[in-house]
Amino acid sequence: MNISVLQFPGSNCDQDAFQLFASGLGLPTRFVWHKEKRLVDTDLVVVPGGFAYGDYLRCGAIARFSPIMGAVREHAERGGLVLGICNGFQILCEAGLLPGALIRNSSLEYRCITCDLAVEDAGVAFNTRTVGRRVRMPIGHGEGNFRIDEAGLERLETNRQILLRYVDNPNGSLRSIAGIRNEEGNVFGMMPHPDRCFERFHPSRDGVKVARAVLSKRFPEILKESAA
Amino acid sequence: MNSAELPPNPDPVLNQPITPELIKKHGLLPQEYDQIRQHLGRVPTLTELGIFSVMWSEHCSYKNTRPLLKGFPTEKKGATENFGRVLVKAGEENAGIIDVGDGWAIAFKIESHNHPSAIEPFEGAATGVGGIIRDIFTMGARPVLLTNSLRFGELDSPVTKRLLRGVVAGIAHYGNCVGVPTVAGDVYFDRSYEGNPLVNALCLGTLRHDQIRLGKATGLGNPVYYVGAATGRDGLGGAAFASKELSAESSSDRPAVQKGDPFMEKLLIEACLEMMAVPGLVVGIQDMGAAGLTCSTCETASRGGAGIEIELDRVPQREEGMNSYEIMLSESQERMLVIVQKGREHEIEKVFAKWDLHAAHVGTVTDTGRMVVRQHGVVVADIPASVLTDSAPIYHRESARPAYMGETSGWTPEGSGLPDVDLPAALAALPRLLSHPTIASKRWLYRQYDHMVQHGTAVLPGSDAGVVRLRLGASEKFIAIKNDCNGRYCYLNPRRGALIAMVECLRNLVCAGATPLAMTDNLNFGNPYKPENFYQLKECVAGLAEACRFFDVPVVGGNVSLYNESPEGSIDPTPTVAVVGFIEKESHITRQFARSAGHRLVLLGGAPAELGGSQFLGIIHGLKTGDAPAVDLAAEKRLQDLLLSQIRAGRVASAHDLSEGGLLVAISEMLFGPDCVGASVDLSRFAAPRQDALLFGESQGRVIISVAPADLPAVLSDAGEAGVPADDIGAVTAEAALSVATGLGRLDWAVSRLRTGWETSIEVAMKRPGLG
Repeated sequence: MNISVLQFPGSNCDQDAFQLFASGLGLPTRFVWHKEKRLVDTDLVVVPGGFAYGDYLRCGAIARFSPIMGAVREHAERGGLVLGICNGFQILCEAGLLPGALIRNSSLEYRCITCDLAVEDAGVAFNTRTVGRRVRMPIGHGEGNFRIDEAGLERLETNRQILLRYVDNPNGSLRSIAGIRNEEGNVFGMMPHPDRCFERFHPSRDGVKVARAVLSKRFPEILKESAA
Repeated sequence: MNSAELPPNPDPVLNQPITPELIKKHGLLPQEYDQIRQHLGRVPTLTELGIFSVMWSEHCSYKNTRPLLKGFPTEKKGATENFGRVLVKAGEENAGIIDVGDGWAIAFKIESHNHPSAIEPFEGAATGVGGIIRDIFTMGARPVLLTNSLRFGELDSPVTKRLLRGVVAGIAHYGNCVGVPTVAGDVYFDRSYEGNPLVNALCLGTLRHDQIRLGKATGLGNPVYYVGAATGRDGLGGAAFASKELSAESSSDRPAVQKGDPFMEKLLIEACLEMMAVPGLVVGIQDMGAAGLTCSTCETASRGGAGIEIELDRVPQREEGMNSYEIMLSESQERMLVIVQKGREHEIEKVFAKWDLHAAHVGTVTDTGRMVVRQHGVVVADIPASVLTDSAPIYHRESARPAYMGETSGWTPEGSGLPDVDLPAALAALPRLLSHPTIASKRWLYRQYDHMVQHGTAVLPGSDAGVVRLRLGASEKFIAIKNDCNGRYCYLNPRRGALIAMVECLRNLVCAGATPLAMTDNLNFGNPYKPENFYQLKECVAGLAEACRFFDVPVVGGNVSLYNESPEGSIDPTPTVAVVGFIEKESHITRQFARSAGHRLVLLGGAPAELGGSQFLGIIHGLKTGDAPAVDLAAEKRLQDLLLSQIRAGRVASAHDLSEGGLLVAISEMLFGPDCVGASVDLSRFAAPRQDALLFGESQGRVIISVAPADLPAVLSDAGEAGVPADDIGAVTAEAALSVATGLGRLDWAVSRLRTGWETSIEVAMKRPGLG
């Protein structure tokens, strides 16, 4: 199980994501600079949080054109696993690897708080059985207000593509959506930060559960470790 | 040291005669101008006049405060070979550095951006954060945390709301994007800051000893690089007039406040740290903050005992047709000056190309001791560098005890006929105090700051101090940080107020389980030419110095901000202090929140009995009077040592210090944690001459701790041995109610009601109509 954490100019949760997988799960993890064109020996690509290219235009709008994104797309098309966290989720939406868009929080303010999240039975690796019914994860974003057209929303619901919903909606997201997957079930995106809840002193250690659930799509045996 | 006569500049604007008006507009006194002429042995050019005006300003030269600041201790007496040594002292460099053991160190410093924030709160606060971060990474340290200290007028005015909204959004914009967590802060709302808010920002970074980089230009022939953002006309600041008079075509007023670009700063951090990690490549480095290119060139040259020649045509520029005056004085953000080992130019250029940043070879280190600036082939400035950095005049200002102190210091509640509280008044006072913005939860602010990025925040904002885990190579350590200053106390008694600022900060750190290590200070005062203001400044500095020496907490750096005035008068003197403490073991981390029903509540330090300077007097009676609470340094030390020993013995479930609002506010705040508990307290045992002073007075040296019943005897006996008064005043209860037996009778409140007022008061005041 090899993890590649992308680094864009302006990524600032790259170290956090790295440590989640490297020390939280004990997996071989490496950074991949955005100017690279290839992913080497990678099972899971993590697109970390931050402000790629400053996000002055629209979150993720420039990052999607980075050279590495071509390789990420190919990886996803081959069924490889991709996890976008926060800004990474925004980038995956901009790149068309996930449906929908994330706009400014309805409060018009950045929010850094810890949220209770209801886990949906999303019909793939990431579901109530692998993660549990509830998790507690921090959020930290100004633009996490999930939007999608009605047909798209219906598809998300009927395909069971919704992974997580906020118990107490902090940003105005449609139907309190906090995280989704693609139809195939190998690309995951979420605004909450599993990379901020895996150490002893963090508000929870649910980040490890979430990361394992994502990996279990290709590596079901990892769930046995978490049970142990 | 005379400089050669310079050739006339072909640009008539730059060649204009230096008139008395021009000198005055540059904020220079006639005698200061005479000194400049003597140093140069000729009339300065306009560019040189501009350079002197910024380098000899208070901000760069400390000309009014330098003699006072000499009283600060800058070394730690109790330092050992492997811990606590001050590696870079206050005033030597952009930030002080202190040894934290195993070859690692921390760099930290606080700095103000008060005036820019008053004019343009968003950009003013944002660039304040950007500036202090550069001060830290220029030392070679990776920035790992931010804090801020804010002061505003009362939150009932639309102007204050606009300022608060803008400042908080600006700090959030910059800190969140650059990816450094804002983990702690302090905020007060008081009329004296109306129209002149204070915005002080602190940054702390970590580095190995061998990564320390200094702002020194050495090595004849070494190339001088300019890296980061291009230079524009923004931030000509106090010299804003110049852009009007100097650029004939420009009719628009240039903004005096700089605009920040946190994305650029993030790239600059990464590129600079990457460059500094290359062995032997960087000779010296300094950020371009106040006075931009001017300050960075002459300071690096002066520290290195060398000279620097720079060629302005090579400076990356955002605008066309900038003259030398504008380029030298621009305060465009996110720029650094780097001196590199000769022959290794391609190595720095490669790093900056990777990050898509400018790295322009703009000059050379010389052995002349002079700062020589050329533009379009003409020398526009030629000044001995040390004259700019070390020869600014030093003033010993006149000092006079403020007249108002004659009245306030002698005030007593009895003397003024202030009635004591009765039962209904006490019942009403607590919720009012808790919901005053100064005491209320600052959640509205800190939830807008990313306080968790870098995943090291161990105690989130809202407790006595922020606690952060530092990754130092393979090992990890926990530090606590707190900044504070009650300007009301400093107004009433500057020396005591400053002592309190320090001891309260230290107490907060100890409550979190930390041993105080070192401090940085931000002296915010009014115009020093007014003798009453200078008295406040002098006394406050003396108070800080006394506390620092007593507790062996050295000053490793700081900042002075004077002329904080509004039409109503000077601000309350505000010598903000920020102290860093070390936590030996993760298990020592202590929060302020009571956790389990049945735990005993113990008041350490004895019953409070002073009313002077309290929030109770201010909020309930509209009075800012009395003397500041007394400070007994020896008793304070006994208390803090005892508390730390009990925390290390694992006996303290939670600890909270008594501060603004007094005993009942402190007990209430202990109940506002994640566990919904209450408290039943008996204060009737205390023979209090006045109930208001007991319940709401702000006597110093008090801490309330919660302990498991089994640990109570040991805590009480250790306290007895240490000579610290300790009273078992009650218990934590499962029922979420606060019930207090007093000489007035029983006082009862529902915790939920107290909590809602405390938690939402700022939020309600700041509510935007129509938004969820």
